[in-house]
Amino acid sequence: MVDLVLQAIVSGILLGGVYSLICVGLTLTFGVMRIINFAHGEFLMVGMYATYFFAQAFHTEAYAALPVVLPGLFAFGVVVYHLLVRPILGAEPLNQILLLMGFSLVLQNAALAAFSPDARSLQSALSMAKLEAGPIIVSVPKLIAFGASLVITAGLYWLLRATELGRRIRAAASDRETAALMGINVGRVNLLAFGIGVGCLGVAAPLIMPIFYIVPNIGTFFILIAFVVVVLGGIGNFMGAFLASFIVAVAESLGALFMPGSTAPVLPFLLFILVLLFKPEGLLGARAR
Amino acid sequence: MAVTVAAAALLPFALGGHQTHVMIQILMAAYLGYCWNVLGGFAGQLSFGHALFMAVGAYSSTLLLLGAGVSPWIGMIAGGFLAAALGVFIGYLSFRYGIRGTYFGLVTLAFAEIARNVALNWNAIGGAMGLYIPIQSNDVWNLKFVDKAGYYHVVLGFLLLALGVTAWLERSRIGHCLLAIRENEDAARALGVDVMRGKLLATAISAFMTALGGTLYAHYVTFIDPHTLLNMNMAIEIMIYAIVGGIGTLWGPLLGAAVLVPLAEVMRASLGKSYAGIHLVVYGAVLMAIVMFAPDGLVGLLRRFGARARGAGMPALSPSARS
Repeated sequence: MVDLVLQAIVSGILLGGVYSLICVGLTLTFGVMRIINFAHGEFLMVGMYATYFFAQAFHTEAYAALPVVLPGLFAFGVVVYHLLVRPILGAEPLNQILLLMGFSLVLQNAALAAFSPDARSLQSALSMAKLEAGPIIVSVPKLIAFGASLVITAGLYWLLRATELGRRIRAAASDRETAALMGINVGRVNLLAFGIGVGCLGVAAPLIMPIFYIVPNIGTFFILIAFVVVVLGGIGNFMGAFLASFIVAVAESLGALFMPGSTAPVLPFLLFILVLLFKPEGLLGARAR
Repeated sequence: MAVTVAAAALLPFALGGHQTHVMIQILMAAYLGYCWNVLGGFAGQLSFGHALFMAVGAYSSTLLLLGAGVSPWIGMIAGGFLAAALGVFIGYLSFRYGIRGTYFGLVTLAFAEIARNVALNWNAIGGAMGLYIPIQSNDVWNLKFVDKAGYYHVVLGFLLLALGVTAWLERSRIGHCLLAIRENEDAARALGVDVMRGKLLATAISAFMTALGGTLYAHYVTFIDPHTLLNMNMAIEIMIYAIVGGIGTLWGPLLGAAVLVPLAEVMRASLGKSYAGIHLVVYGAVLMAIVMFAPDGLVGLLRRFGARARGAGMPALSPSARS
């Protein structure tokens, strides 16, 4: 039993790394722009299909698609920002979320029409590889995704904390008007925040393609997890989202061990409701920074 | 008004089976739009989880019918009260802690997700396999009809009721309180509006009506399962008719449904079954276009054109005054 629990915790921590890569992008976008990107999961879905078709066409591992998928998704994000997001930056939050909801509906169902609802996965010797450490078995692609996610998240944190660009982004996030008065080009910061948020997914997609199968509505699964994580971490809070990713993933994987049937996915949502009710500012307590 | 209703009631006798099917879909969509509109449009509390209330209604009446032979007319009332109680519970939890707007939407979504996962694993209510409602003969008491005209008339009746509720809300004190809450909650409270009571009442009415719609849906489709009922697309479909038509308006949901459903039907007919989600692509695109170019919905658009046609300076006639 102890081994099973240990195994669940390790799997959860590895999964948490992947969640963190997806969720810090969402929370960054929200922190800077005050917009909940409802289409975040669909951007990931697009990246995963791109990875899948790239790897199929060139008979490569999923990771080889990274140099194409990352800039491609970033560019897609920039186009979407200019066409859809920028025009509604000043609109009511309700309208912003409805617009992005509409966009996610379009992307998800266009994928359904184009690629059919069939689940697809990339399998290779690497994606099946496992490491054994005593009683614990670790899947190699999960370990790779975990390691890469940590590096990327740390890099983003460094970017936000230690560079001039990061200072501008944080300034715009904490007070748009004052930042603008200080000569910061807030429009440009918005674009960057949105681009980085979507760009994170460009890294995540090739990393998780060997772990998850892909279906057109996979975005819904990830966006729900991401909402939970972002709220748990305190909306707009980068470190909060990072930590919450692990809490959610470990809860989910321990739940799979102890809860009946396939009811474990309920746990993150229970957590979500409890946090919204009792600690809406998030676990770390500080509001968006 | 009476002439329009009579004409609508006679319509299925002039239409073919498929056209009647499309008409039923329009009426059903409009009905659900009105249900959502009570909470989302009047009280301004966006629910992304209305599929939950629909599922509660569908499951309650179907289980009562299959398990105990209870008429769905009684079952839907039971489902309605259950959904209303659930809605008040969710609403009370959220509103008590000042959760509103988008966050309230996310809470309702989380509850719907929990319900989906529970329903999938709960074998006594059909689990992932779902429930079938067998239909052999016309039986009004058990809400079973062999031909579509029967369903058409039932759904039309419910739509008229929902229109009535909306018209009542527009005129009543409680409706004005809800609008005040939507426009500015703090100001409404300062003026003595019981904000909590207003929101909970709107949630209860909306959830109750939506659950009735769930029973109608179950008996028309004759099959329910967690995957089709409790998913996000269902929740978005329930919202979209009211939003596209005009949030919080008397004619918005009907107008939205009358435009969107046939549009989806045309897309499906012209592109064939191979493109499964194509109607939702169209819904998404229309939703985006409305948000960007006509935030007041089709009703607002018509008013604007109406005002322009009558010349500048003339007050626009509200659509409700025109009919």
